[in-house]
Amino acid sequence: MSVRVGEAAFDPGAELNAFTAAVAGAGAVVSFSGIVRDLQGDLEAMEIEHYPGMTESALQAIRDEAMTRFSLTDAMILHRHGRLEPGAPIMMVATAAPHRADAFAAAEFLMDYLKSRAPFWKKEVRAGRADWVAARDEDEDALKRW
Amino acid sequence: MLDLRYFAWVRERLGTASERIETEAATVADLIEELRAIDEAHAFVFADLGGIRAAVDQELVGFDASLDGAREVAFFPPMTGG
Repeated sequence: MSVRVGEAAFDPGAELNAFTAAVAGAGAVVSFSGIVRDLQGDLEAMEIEHYPGMTESALQAIRDEAMTRFSLTDAMILHRHGRLEPGAPIMMVATAAPHRADAFAAAEFLMDYLKSRAPFWKKEVRAGRADWVAARDEDEDALKRW
Repeated sequence: MLDLRYFAWVRERLGTASERIETEAATVADLIEELRAIDEAHAFVFADLGGIRAAVDQELVGFDASLDGAREVAFFPPMTGG
């Protein structure tokens, strides 16, 4: 399935293998996985809220746009919501194309768009407090290159 | 009747994820004017629109978007996916 949103954990390796097997003959596959980071070592969990309905349609629109802009065989977006532990995969994109340039560019395009155009909001839970992750200006600026 | 949906800190600050209102507002900006007048929490949330995004029927829009035929309007902070 090209777009999947859910609470369940997923295995990026298994997902990539399944994606690659389904696009046999494409020539190039690029994937990116976003992981719950814990640079200070004190994160208890990341809670991800989303807008059911809009999330799926926004991701589908972003994926469709990538398929139109780049010469792709296929593209996949997976994104979790709910409570995630440090180190857990949050999301993943994979692109398949006849040549690597399109596969790399499309993966970057998907990431740039889903950072600031897909309705997800992250909250970091640390001992006794929870803080919403602020959107970064760089993420908004990143859209201008496309 | 218009269904309003709130997410992230907007939802927390208003103390509710949704509400249904009767409105004649023509645009999102007009609606925001009405919402500001409801109470202190709404006035706070909509004080600085730089930190607010809006969606009409699940499509991201600007504040000048029309509410003609709209069923659901959502307000939330800038998104942090990925």
